Amino acid sequence: MSAIELKHLTFVYSKKTPFEKRALDDINLSVEEGTFLGVIGETGSGKSTLIQHLNGLIKVQDKKVSSVIVNGLSATDKKALKNLRFEVGIVFQYPEYQLFEDSVKKDVAFGPKNMKLSPEEIDARVRRALEVVGLDYDEFAERSPFELSGGEKRRVAIAGVIAMEPKILVLDEPVAGLDPAGRAEILALIKQLQKDVSPTIIMVSHNMDDIAVLADRIIAMHDGRIELDGTPEEVFCNREKIAEIGLDLPLATRLRDKLVERGVNLPDGIVTPKQLETALANLKSGGLNERGDDNV
Amino acid sequence: MFKDVSFGQYYPTNSLVHRLDARVKLFLTLLFIVVIFFVKSYFGFMLTAFVLLVVVLTARLPMASVLKSVRGILFIIVFTSLLNLFFIKQGDVLVSWNIGRTMFAITKTGVHTTIKMVLRLVLLIIGASILSLTTTPVQLADGVESLMSPLKLIKIPVRDIAMIMSIALRFIPTLFEETNKIIAAQKARGASFDTGNLFARAKAMMPVLIPLFVNSFRRADELAFAMDARCYNATDKRTKMKKAKFGFGDAIALLFILSFATVIMLDRYYFGTIGIDIDYMIFGGLL
Repeated sequence: MSAIELKHLTFVYSKKTPFEKRALDDINLSVEEGTFLGVIGETGSGKSTLIQHLNGLIKVQDKKVSSVIVNGLSATDKKALKNLRFEVGIVFQYPEYQLFEDSVKKDVAFGPKNMKLSPEEIDARVRRALEVVGLDYDEFAERSPFELSGGEKRRVAIAGVIAMEPKILVLDEPVAGLDPAGRAEILALIKQLQKDVSPTIIMVSHNMDDIAVLADRIIAMHDGRIELDGTPEEVFCNREKIAEIGLDLPLATRLRDKLVERGVNLPDGIVTPKQLETALANLKSGGLNERGDDNV
Repeated sequence: MFKDVSFGQYYPTNSLVHRLDARVKLFLTLLFIVVIFFVKSYFGFMLTAFVLLVVVLTARLPMASVLKSVRGILFIIVFTSLLNLFFIKQGDVLVSWNIGRTMFAITKTGVHTTIKMVLRLVLLIIGASILSLTTTPVQLADGVESLMSPLKLIKIPVRDIAMIMSIALRFIPTLFEETNKIIAAQKARGASFDTGNLFARAKAMMPVLIPLFVNSFRRADELAFAMDARCYNATDKRTKMKKAKFGFGDAIALLFILSFATVIMLDRYYFGTIGIDIDYMIFGGLL
């Protein structure tokens, strides 16, 4: 079953003014349940507009042509809107800037409260969410979110979204502005979230290395269109297109290309450090040309 | 998502009017606002409308954007014209009727006063909106600073005031964008801002206002550091990167509006005394 089904989705900002901008241009996208979808693209390529359509934050502009169906709920159906918001959890960029309550517990409870759950259920969910993001309930529950460190704040903000236990979790640049240790922790957390809470995950990122490691499928956007769609290997092997739409290759791929230039015989389709490691190990143990079919 | 929209209604076409010195535009707008209260005759209003039309066409502004500003004061216009229409008692009675024991009457003077007041308000708003449609907030702030600079003599910190103004204007779109982001984030957590009574709605805004304030203070701190790091106020003589210059176009604009003002003043104070009534010449006995 498709978790997300977008058809002919077009969106224009500031229609009929000099500021008119076509943010989405006839997007068709179907995402299977259980997919980790990576979304890449330059600033202004339409990624944010796309993800905000998924829970109805941005209304479908042309209802006759476009359709947005998420887990069977239509984003154009006003009655389904509230449920849609709880079905799709969005963690925006720098989510720590939206904390507002005077205690961590209350802030995390904001979403579940809006779902009109029972107090016991809310409490249970807050505990679960804090545990999942790796914050000890007894230590953090009563503290003010404003006195926490940057990484902790972000965990609290993410907990605030996953406490609603959405089936689909959307993360917009979840590791932006964090130090390397914080990045590694949050990325590990996201993998865990897919197992424990939300089977379908959509992650927007400018970091090709993160995306290459985490995603099962990647879409690359440019000027409101999906220019590339496939596994990380398929997407990043299309080097011309990636360069044309202003994106980078993952470090492992660049390294592989440099090594090939120097005469090392490595197969194509290397996008993660692990794959590069394996390929190099194969090379050393004499497994030359086993997968060396250079098909670009 | 609104980062291209600078602020308010600025409508970029890079026309002659847009390129005018902001000080000149500020001065001319003020002059225009004063002059429009001296307009007395229908001829004067027609002339004012014509002058505005010339400016709007030169500025290549779409009529819709100019008239949009009138929509904002539509209520005031309707309200005051009704008051004028029914409560001016002087002059020949045109129609009258009784409701209960009170007599309502519409007089000729009432009709004229009402029409003139509506024209005055509409033209005033259009004239003022042309300034904001053709001048960026930063240009405006610089213009105000320059026009207020004589106040430096009496120890008023004009430059700081102008800087405060520029910063405030500069951060309006930023705050606007940020408010939208926070609203989106809280909506994504199921918050709703348009249900319940007034009290419930005010309370629903707290999840937006608190982060907005916290972020504003953080940003103010960062900005203060950044200004310090660039040695703001380290010397008295700050220079400007974009210096406004009084040019040929400015002279033309000045001449144009000044001659308009002269005709209006002549119409009010002089033509009558030498027996010229332009309204009568145009409309004959119609009035």
